Amino acid sequence: MTDQVLSEVSRAQVNQVGLSKNDYRGNPTTLCQGCGHNSISSQIIAACYELNIVPETIIKFSGIGCSSKSPFYFLNRSFGFNGLHGRMPSLATGALFGDHTLRGLGVSGDGDTASIGMGQFKHIVRRNVPMLYIVENNGVYGLTKGQFSATADEGLMLKKQGVNPYLPVDIAWEALVGHATFVARSFAGDPKQVKELIKAGLSHRGIAVLDIISPCVTFNNQDQATHSYAWGKDHEVALHELAYVPPAEEIMVDYEDGEIKEVCLHDGSTVLLKKLDREYDPTVRSDAMRILEEANANNWLITGLIYINSEPPSLLEQYNLTDEPLNRLSEERLRPPRETIDLLNSMMF
Amino acid sequence: MISEEEQGKAKLIYNDFSITIASVNGSGSQTSNMTIMRALFRMGIPVSGKNLFPSNIQGLPTWFTIRVNEDGYLARKDQHDIVVAMNPGTFEQDLQGVVSGGAFFYDDSIKLAITREDVAIYPMPVKQIVRDSGAASNLRDYLANMVYVGVLACLLGIDMNTILQALDFHFKGKQKAIDLNWGVIKASADWAATNLQKSDPFMVRPSNKTDGYIMTDGNTAAAIGSLYGGMQFCGWYPITPATSLVETVNEYHPIFRKDPITGKNTCAVVQAEDELAAVGMAVGAGWSGLRAMTSTSGPGISLMTEYVGLAYFAEVPIVIWDVQRVGPSTGLPTRTSQGDLLLVYYAGHGDTRHIVLLPGSVTECFEFGWRSFDLAERLQTPVFVLSDLDFGMNQWMTSPFKYPDMPMDRGKVLWESDLERCNGQWGRYLDIDGDGIPYRTLPGNRHPAASYFTRGTGHNEYARYSEEPEVWERNMLRIKSKFETAKAIIPEPIVQLENGADISIISYGSTDQAILEAINLLGKRGYKIDYLRLRALPTTAMVAEFVRSHRRNYVVELNRDGQLNQVLRTEIPECAMQLISLAHLDGLPLSASWVVDALIAKEKNND
Repeated sequence: MTDQVLSEVSRAQVNQVGLSKNDYRGNPTTLCQGCGHNSISSQIIAACYELNIVPETIIKFSGIGCSSKSPFYFLNRSFGFNGLHGRMPSLATGALFGDHTLRGLGVSGDGDTASIGMGQFKHIVRRNVPMLYIVENNGVYGLTKGQFSATADEGLMLKKQGVNPYLPVDIAWEALVGHATFVARSFAGDPKQVKELIKAGLSHRGIAVLDIISPCVTFNNQDQATHSYAWGKDHEVALHELAYVPPAEEIMVDYEDGEIKEVCLHDGSTVLLKKLDREYDPTVRSDAMRILEEANANNWLITGLIYINSEPPSLLEQYNLTDEPLNRLSEERLRPPRETIDLLNSMMF
Repeated sequence: MISEEEQGKAKLIYNDFSITIASVNGSGSQTSNMTIMRALFRMGIPVSGKNLFPSNIQGLPTWFTIRVNEDGYLARKDQHDIVVAMNPGTFEQDLQGVVSGGAFFYDDSIKLAITREDVAIYPMPVKQIVRDSGAASNLRDYLANMVYVGVLACLLGIDMNTILQALDFHFKGKQKAIDLNWGVIKASADWAATNLQKSDPFMVRPSNKTDGYIMTDGNTAAAIGSLYGGMQFCGWYPITPATSLVETVNEYHPIFRKDPITGKNTCAVVQAEDELAAVGMAVGAGWSGLRAMTSTSGPGISLMTEYVGLAYFAEVPIVIWDVQRVGPSTGLPTRTSQGDLLLVYYAGHGDTRHIVLLPGSVTECFEFGWRSFDLAERLQTPVFVLSDLDFGMNQWMTSPFKYPDMPMDRGKVLWESDLERCNGQWGRYLDIDGDGIPYRTLPGNRHPAASYFTRGTGHNEYARYSEEPEVWERNMLRIKSKFETAKAIIPEPIVQLENGADISIISYGSTDQAILEAINLLGKRGYKIDYLRLRALPTTAMVAEFVRSHRRNYVVELNRDGQLNQVLRTEIPECAMQLISLAHLDGLPLSASWVVDALIAKEKNND
């Protein structure tokens, strides 16, 4: 077969819901070439395709910043709302009440989440809103050209800015302390892991916080910066090798006892965690805290599934809403019937 | 004291006086005050009550003023005819405040000098009566306030049966609580009958002027009106005086808003971490097709403004209640004001302007509760409803709530079948009907052409990013044109005409009763005055015509700078010289006498 024929065959390839990968694409990116965010967008596309997600069942959300532009570069067939700087969590919280069968996919940045948006971030986490919340974390403001964000390293030197005197915010820590039910960290230079974590996050019952170190090639990619490609490659310590297995699919891996840990998600899917250098159980919150502290002390970029708890109900599950999406309810189900007005008036003095 | 002989000559005044009760915040006086008001209401006598309370849970002075008026004029009266002094801290001030010839009741454990001889003085043995009632000692302070209920009932002639009905309502039929309070009230009334001699002129007698009315507050009306409007999502954050609005939603939605088919909830209320998040949630919900609202007061509007601008530009329907209090800053958080009109009308940076509904009665709070959603969804824009503390937190005699007289208007929404009919050809910001209002789709719509990307950045008719100058201008002018469309569907003003009047009063909101009374009083002094009560912004042609046809229009409102006057001068510039501001800003509800004095002073300058 010629190359052309080959590419046509692959274009025609469809997943179980009859969609091709093209159905998951977005518009061409306008971010810098080499930006970590573009690689994450590609993994979102791949993950949704492989998960057989109907794009119309996802709602994309973002705030303001380079990262927040990215929802335009994937899932064109999904609804999306590019809201205000640091205020995406509240927007998503309200929007997801519209139709409880939909799932949120939020993309934010370190400025959007950890600087201006810290308050809303902490509260969406504690409400367990059903969405995957990705932070594309590069330690720097891109659109305003290179200021420190709240996750920038202490002592980081940037052109025009000088030396950063403040300690960084650790987004995974904040999520964990704030009772997130799913906390993961990854590295844009490790696309395979990014993709598996996106799949797991999209299948999680409540909020899934995925902090991805996503280098800014223009403003903060010096080798010694902890948000750079070089530093990430040298310092990444994966907690485990990770594979997502969809619901109802048989787990077909040969492994020795104790080598693989299975984590079951609420929707029946499973995350397989293959042991690497150390024993790690992401269902124990205190272990998660310990590993983050250890990583911090040793200058590791810890990646993988740091913490998961599938038990707590999501925000929407707590509201006992109609099975039919709220935004499809007819007037008869929303306005009390005419005869109730006398009862109402009799309840007044 | 006035002698028996003099009293015999004094003419009794029936059903026309004010009572001011001075007490300490947190002492439980609210229950007593409500009991008096409700008893009077049940006797058929028009009555209003206004709580002038401090921003405090316990310990600071608080006053409650009740007005009784057979003719139904129920605005706050500047004059204190009867004063009940329960607070030693304000005793002297309260005594000085009684009108000459009025009545002064006080707790006799307050050992302060009685310095007035032109007032009927009634000491009340509060502690003794409460002690004798046998109530547990931890309840005595609370029951102390029931003493003045009984004493007033006796001396004013309040029907004791109606007091019992009021207690039954307040305590929701809980017999133990009713008996306890009733015991003290009855004992106090009996004590007064034996020990006090009536020496003031104020009396009540049964009437029928409250037939067909209910008594409730504006926040309750707004909350239930919203539920009848099909409200599906409310994000909120507590703030005085708006808090009780959403608390009432929480109280009533389990009664009225269970799904008739499944019994499940058809609406959700989320208490947010702040007002930024409260409105953010409402915008998200409105965007996803829910009837979404939030409720706040001025400081909350300040925080919400950024999202309001986004909702305006992205064309998201939401309803925002602003129960106004006195600003700027924390200001007087427990006093009333109309100081947010300009803030909400123009909220947002860049070119923004909003639909503002202005309820002028508690019944209208109910009506605008449901109507606001129709307007927001029809126009795809934020709709503000401007209430205030006086409406929101005080009890008003008002017409019963009327069932919505029109079906819901869910606006221009395309679902799967609609998109199939047009082969998926549509543009989110395309004005195909010529009214400036485009069509929208909602998340969850499974048609492959349904989705669009909503953004606060410049966009073209198909919701695609655009920085093109002409695209920006075209879009902004189209959004502006929705304002013209709005003028045909927003509530028109209520106009009251006097034959041959060439001066007028223009006002809105909770000032209505004071103005109606003022117009009556001014009429007796030879002034013929027309009245326009505005019910919405923007101003319509009807408002312009009214202004044009009067030589002088006095714009009465509760703020410093005459905000409505500024709006009218801007929107009807050719009549700017015919508009005169009468702005009142002390944080108290408007009184008719203030309007009369202020208007006559201005008129004299004109002559």
